[in-house]
Amino acid sequence: MSLVEIIFWFLSGLALISAIMVLLSKNPVHSVLWLIAVFFAISGHYILLNAQFLAIVNLIVYAGAIMVLFLFVIMLMNQNAETEPRSKSTWIKLAGAIAGGCLLIVVVAAVRDSENLIQNIGGKAYAKTAVTTHGEIGLIENLGRVLFTQYVVPFEISSVLFLSAMVGAVVIGKKD
Amino acid sequence: MNIDWILVLEKFILIAVVVFASLGIAMYETWGERKIAAILQDRRGPNRAGPFGLFQPLADGLKLFMKEEIIPNSSNKFLFVLGPSLAMMAAMMTSAVIPWGGTITVFDRQVSLQIADVNIGVLYIFAVVSLGVYGIMIGGWASNNKFSLMAALRAASQAISYELAMGLSLIALLFMSGSLSMRQIVENQMAGDWGGFLGWNFLYQPLGFLIFLVAAFAECNRTPFDLPEAENELNFGYHQEYSSMKLGFYLFAEYINMFISSVIMATLFFGGYDMPFFNEAAHADWGNWLALIGTVALMAKVLFFIFLFMWVRWTIPRFRYDQLMDLGWKKLVPLALANMLITGAVVLWLESK
Repeated sequence: MSLVEIIFWFLSGLALISAIMVLLSKNPVHSVLWLIAVFFAISGHYILLNAQFLAIVNLIVYAGAIMVLFLFVIMLMNQNAETEPRSKSTWIKLAGAIAGGCLLIVVVAAVRDSENLIQNIGGKAYAKTAVTTHGEIGLIENLGRVLFTQYVVPFEISSVLFLSAMVGAVVIGKKD
Repeated sequence: MNIDWILVLEKFILIAVVVFASLGIAMYETWGERKIAAILQDRRGPNRAGPFGLFQPLADGLKLFMKEEIIPNSSNKFLFVLGPSLAMMAAMMTSAVIPWGGTITVFDRQVSLQIADVNIGVLYIFAVVSLGVYGIMIGGWASNNKFSLMAALRAASQAISYELAMGLSLIALLFMSGSLSMRQIVENQMAGDWGGFLGWNFLYQPLGFLIFLVAAFAECNRTPFDLPEAENELNFGYHQEYSSMKLGFYLFAEYINMFISSVIMATLFFGGYDMPFFNEAAHADWGNWLALIGTVALMAKVLFFIFLFMWVRWTIPRFRYDQLMDLGWKKLVPLALANMLITGAVVLWLESK
């Protein structure tokens, strides 16, 4: 096994175990902390794919900002077993199972599809989904160039979306 | 599996040196703080332990270690210990991307005095700074004490607010340098006239530097932004339940943060390991001495900033919480945005000329 493979399996195991612990933890604060561990593992995967910019932005945005806000809310609400609503109706459980199943199908289909994507680097065939240490699209120069030329319209539209979310938060947060 | 073991050993030694140097400097920062406080208040300060009280930090450390270790019964034990550890770890991790000097030659081997020259150095610092909040929040929450929790939230919201202004002030700098690598930023500055002095970024980004400085004070929880640990009127803060060395870790992390942010300011705005009025490129044959001069220059700049931190602490009173939020969101963020726009416009104009 090469070093990259060892790291890959370690990070995958860490990500899966942490993700399962997010669901199994009784305490919501622990769930959030496990979720942060998941983000760290995923950032490790990004680094393996030579996408350092994505790795660090994943940490800054998700682990550093969004999860802190999650913690804020959860710590202030002080949720525990007594305050948790006990009776979840069967219909909600059924709907959840169906939605989760649909997501699983999509994920399996995507993984299945990716086997056909082969690209040629230096005379060797690599699967397009896992170009470890060769890919360059995740480096900041390339990503920036693609975002601001090829995908500039979706990029600007998503920033308008963020702006509207911000305005909405200010409106809700205003007194009276 | 082929691993360059010499490289691993080299990095390991470098990491050990940087970590121990940071710890040692943080230790003597506590001594320096008390001496400077004493001078500013016309007192003598610590003068009993050793010459000039130089052994005072050792005595303080010993005292903290010997004190009783108390973990509250109703606290979350694991997270209670994790909190100060995280604070300490986040404080130490930033040093990985800082260039401490040029390149030295050891046994015919070029050794760069930087642990990792990644092409996202500045962003890495931001990631670590934003993770530093967790040490505070986890510690405050795990204490299972309402006052600790409120103080932790107070501290975390302060840190998040000022991170924003800090990031925006740096974007203008990155427009000019065109690179996120710390070494590249330093080398750009060294290329200026007067032995590099005219290349220093603070000459071109005075407003950006001022915003960064204020934000750094707030991130380190230093006066006038030390509400998270205001012991006299706000009930001490998130480390209220901590005792012994776990409290020591929180306090120590603050001093390490102070050191590291001084290094970052010196690196980003004041030329890093560039000696002013001295052309490094012309003396390339000096070898290791040149690297040493660079490191000494960096440390001199760092000492000045550490002194500034302490000077401000013993001069200016603390902000009220609403004033703090006002300054962060209504003054620094718009100023940083304006600075960013102006810099961007000027850079574009210069490029089109």
